[in-house]
Formats: sequence, structure tokens, C-alpha cells
Amino acid sequence: MSVVAISDYNFPAKDVRENFPAPLLYIGWEDHLMFCAPFCLPLPPDMPFGALPTAVLPGIYGEHPDFASIDWSSVEWLKSGQPWQPDPAKSLADNGLQHKDAIRFRTPGLTGIKGSFS
Amino acid sequence: MDTRVTRKKLGLKDRYAAMTRGLGWETSYQPMDKVFPYDKYEGIKIHDWNKWEDPFRLTMDAYWKYQGEKEKKLYAVIEAFAQNNGQLGVSDARYINALKLFIQGVTPLEYYAHRGFAHVGRQFTGEGARVAAQMQSVDELRHYQTETHAISHYNKYFNGMHHSNHWFDRVWYLSVPKSFFEDAITGGPFEFLVAVSFSFEYVLTNLLFVPFMSGAAHNGDMSTVTFGFSAQSDESRHMTLGIECIKFLLEQDPANVPIVQGWIDKWFWRGYRLLTLVAMMQDYMLPKRVMSWKEAWEMYAEENGGALFKDLARYGIREPKGWKDACEGKDHISHQAWNTFYNYNAAAPFHTWVPTEEEMSWLSEKYPDTFDKYYRPRLEHYREQQQAGKRFYNKTLPMLCTTCQIPMLFTEPGDASKICYRESDYFGNKYHFCSDHCKGIFDHEPEKYVQSWLPVHQIYQGHCFKPGTDPTVEGFDPLMAVLDYYELNVGRDNFDFEGSEDQKNFAAWRGDPPATATAATTEPGAAK
Repeated sequence: MSVVAISDYNFPAKDVRENFPAPLLYIGWEDHLMFCAPFCLPLPPDMPFGALPTAVLPGIYGEHPDFASIDWSSVEWLKSGQPWQPDPAKSLADNGLQHKDAIRFRTPGLTGIKGSFS
Repeated sequence: MDTRVTRKKLGLKDRYAAMTRGLGWETSYQPMDKVFPYDKYEGIKIHDWNKWEDPFRLTMDAYWKYQGEKEKKLYAVIEAFAQNNGQLGVSDARYINALKLFIQGVTPLEYYAHRGFAHVGRQFTGEGARVAAQMQSVDELRHYQTETHAISHYNKYFNGMHHSNHWFDRVWYLSVPKSFFEDAITGGPFEFLVAVSFSFEYVLTNLLFVPFMSGAAHNGDMSTVTFGFSAQSDESRHMTLGIECIKFLLEQDPANVPIVQGWIDKWFWRGYRLLTLVAMMQDYMLPKRVMSWKEAWEMYAEENGGALFKDLARYGIREPKGWKDACEGKDHISHQAWNTFYNYNAAAPFHTWVPTEEEMSWLSEKYPDTFDKYYRPRLEHYREQQQAGKRFYNKTLPMLCTTCQIPMLFTEPGDASKICYRESDYFGNKYHFCSDHCKGIFDHEPEKYVQSWLPVHQIYQGHCFKPGTDPTVEGFDPLMAVLDYYELNVGRDNFDFEGSEDQKNFAAWRGDPPATATAATTEPGAAK
């Protein structure tokens, strides 16, 4: 469907890749809703995926009491809601991540503050 | 000297006819379609504008008289409130934060409504509808002014109200009400009426006004209550316009039904999402509670709305698509929204806090299936952290829904443990949504929503710093630069209520004993 308008209706999209210094990546931690929503981060596409758990996520999720207990080898990843197996040695771009992709990680056994999914 | 001719006064009916219907004419120098370019393109077919009913039969001269009298009374009360230092009579300084939310997020919408109805009042070819829309336009401007005047008294004493218009165009959560109304006023005139007069004023307005006004009454805020009374008779006229316009559109042509249904689906959902802010205010920001959001939803939406859509079924209208999901959300959205503002309170010009133990018991009682299971543990955790001197502030920007612009805080219908993610591809770009219905709205008119001014993305694009800011300098703090752009007084407008200037001043003015930490108090026997 499209807009019903009185004349031509054609305006630039505001959030295309060129408008940002780096592509955006959305990241969510399943079952941990103390952080009210997933995060939005501009990340360099050549950053290795393996740097996420070591260099990026501690800064944004580290305050959660479950964070220190995460076993990164058993973490399950989702991309656009589908199971997904990234290669930590490859870059974000080589893992197929593009501007405004949404990924999530699930940490089996950890279900938030007192099991409340917080 | 000429003899004066005494003319017979017109009766009410004739007077109405002369002063509304009699004011229109068919243009002859220019074709009607050129003079009124907006009233056909949406596809709505009107065969006879004379069928438009105006049950109030209000003419402009009577309108000025009534409104003038109401103004006099209202300003007398506001004046008396100021003279008597009425601000000291409110239940608790935490209550003032509900007023901050109102002046920041609701009052500017009155002004948008004024503009929207002025536009509609110019563009319809039917005089009855034009006059009704013009009166509503003036009402909305009056509401904008009277709310500003009523609340300006509080602005002398409390933080978080001094820059509400500036904030409305910039601050992240205010893009939610702003984009709602900009979406409505950039639709055609018929869509605007269905959006604002019907879906918002008729179906949902009680959920906005009743909580704020009875909340004000319960919490000793007589100046806001008086504003509410002054606006009430206008609101009933607006609601009547809403229901009359929908019936008129549906009766004029069967081809209008699917178009109107599409707008009802869209605007019910947009309005419902906007009311998330009210839900949170009602359950968390009123020191003296009126009723829970869930109770209000059941009374005003499920009962009244249910009856309304049964009534409209004879025109071929069904309940809005998002209805069931909205009803399911009544157990969750207030808690999820409060958590969001608690997270991001460094960037919001009002205060948040952890509810007292007594308030949490009230929440447990009102939300027996969800509060203790999902929401209490995180609040208790926050309280412990705060008592240990580590009040939790989230410092990373959230992912937003492209349509409603609310952070992606809503959970899957039926599963409060999982955030609800939806996405669409449009010309090789991904767009994300909080729900099936926000996605549906985007998919229907993607060209419109690809223009969304999403605050988080705007910050990352570098558009939310003051001119001359250099993000490349050593030690650049993007959050502080954004707060500077917002013109927010850091340390006064934002952060936790506990320890705030509002809290200290209020206690000092009332001669209360030194702050005994309302929010952080752990009562004897409370679960730790």
C-alpha cells in the first residue's frame, strides 16, 4: 500500500546508512528486561564479532547481577528472530550484519533477577 | 432622523441555520474544487453535507459568551490558588511530576489540535462541520493557554517545567506525542477527524482526562481540577463531534466504510500507544491513587468501547484490529513504561523513584497476576542498589519503534518475558516495530514513516548537539552534550526524586522533618 496524497509524495528516508558515521546495530538480551528495551549502537563494520562480549556488552549490560555468570560458549544468538551462529573471529560485516540489523542473545539458565525476567 | 426598524429576533433553530448553514456559498470566480482542494482526495464520498447534524446547535456569538464566562471563573480560581500558596497543599512533591508530564506532553498537543481543527474548519465544504471544527479549534487554543497559565504557578516553585515547548520538539520521549499529532495533521481532513475527534476524543479521551483530573483532585491540586471542569463542557462537545462525524461518514456512502475502518484501526492503536504515558502516571506518579490503569481501561475502554463498537456494527464497522492486544496490555504497560523512565531518568526532565512498600502492595493487589511475578523484583533490586549508593541509570540509547517512537519496551502478547520485535524491509532498509499493529501502520504507508524523526537516530546522526559542539574533542560526553541541547538543568530537572531539589524545597516550605527518604524507606517486615 502507499500514501494517498494530493500530489507526488516522495521524501528521503531519514535513517539510511549514509546518514550515520557507522552502521547501527540493535542488541537485546533475552529474559533480562531490567534493561527496558534493546540497545541501539553505531558499531564499526570491521570490528570482530568476538569483541561484542568482551568490549561492548560489559559496558552496557555489566550492571546486571546475571552478567558476570554468562557462559559465552553456551550463548544462543538470534538475528531478526531466527537462530543464528555468528563467527566470533569474523567482522560484523563478514557475519552478514548490515545497517539496522537486530540481534539478540539468550543466556540459558539465566532468567533475570529472582527469575522474574528482569 | 430615520425611524429605527425593529426586527423580530430569530428563534434558536433559525438563528443556528442563519449563522452556520447560511454562511456558505458556491464559489463562482473559481471552481469549488480549487477553493477546497482537500475534501475529495482521500476517497471519502459526501453526497449531502446538509445531513451533518450538530446536536449542540451552538452559534459563534453564544460560543463567545459561554467561553468568556468560564474563563472568568477559571482565572478567579487560579488567582486564589496562587494567593493562598496552593502548591503547598498537594499530597506530596512527587505528585508535581504528573503535572510536568502533562505540561510537557499533553499541553503542546492542545496547540496541535488547535492547528489541526483550524485547517479542517477551512477545508470542508459543509458549513455545519466547518463551524463545529472552528469552534473546537478555538477551544483547543483556550485549553493550551489555560493549562499553561494553571501550571505556570507551579513552575515558580518546581523544576522540570521551565522549557516545555523547547523540550517538546527535542526530548526523546516527547517525540511520542509529537509524532502522533504530526501524523494526524499531515493526513487529510477526514482522516484527521477520524483520528482526533473519533478515535482519540470519543474512544480514548476519558482515559486521558479522568486520570489526570481525578488524580489532581485526590492529590489536592485544585487549580488543575478547575481547569478540568472548565474544559469538560468543551470535551463533551468534542466527543459529540467525534461520534457524529463517524456516523455521518458511514451513512453518506458504503465506499467510505473500509476507508474509515482502516483509519480506526490505525488511530486506535496510535492513541493506545500514546496512553502508555498516562498508564504509568496513574499507577506510579500519584501519591494518592485514584484507580489503577487496568481498572480505568476496563471501565472506559472495555465496557464503553465494547458497547460503542457493537453499536457501530450496523454500519459494517468492527472493533479496531489492535483491540485484543490492547486489552492484554492492561496488566503490563504501566510497569514497563515506569521502568523505562527509571532507566533513562538522567535524560528526562522529571523525577522517578522506587514506589514505597505500601505502594508496591497496592500494585500487587491491583495486578495480582503480573506485578509480583515480573515487576516487583526489579523494583526491589533498584531499591537495594539505591540504598547501597548505586542508583541504576541506563546510559546506552535504546532501540525505538519506527511508528510510535516508543523504546522497544513492550512484550509479546501473552508472554511478558520476551520483548516483542517486528520488522519490515523497505527499499533495502530495515525498519523495526514494537507490535504487529505499529508494523501494520508502517506497511500501509511506508513513504510516510521512513521520515520518522527518531530521537535516538538523530542523536547518532549528530543533530542533537548545540551548534559549535565538537564531538571529536578529548573526553567528549555525548549524553551531556545532548542534555545541553535539550537545555535541561542537569541535577535539578532530572535524576531520582530522592535527594532532588523539589523534595528538599517542598519539605522545607511545609516545615516537614528533614527528608526521610520516602522512596527508599524499607518498612519493618518488608521483603528484602
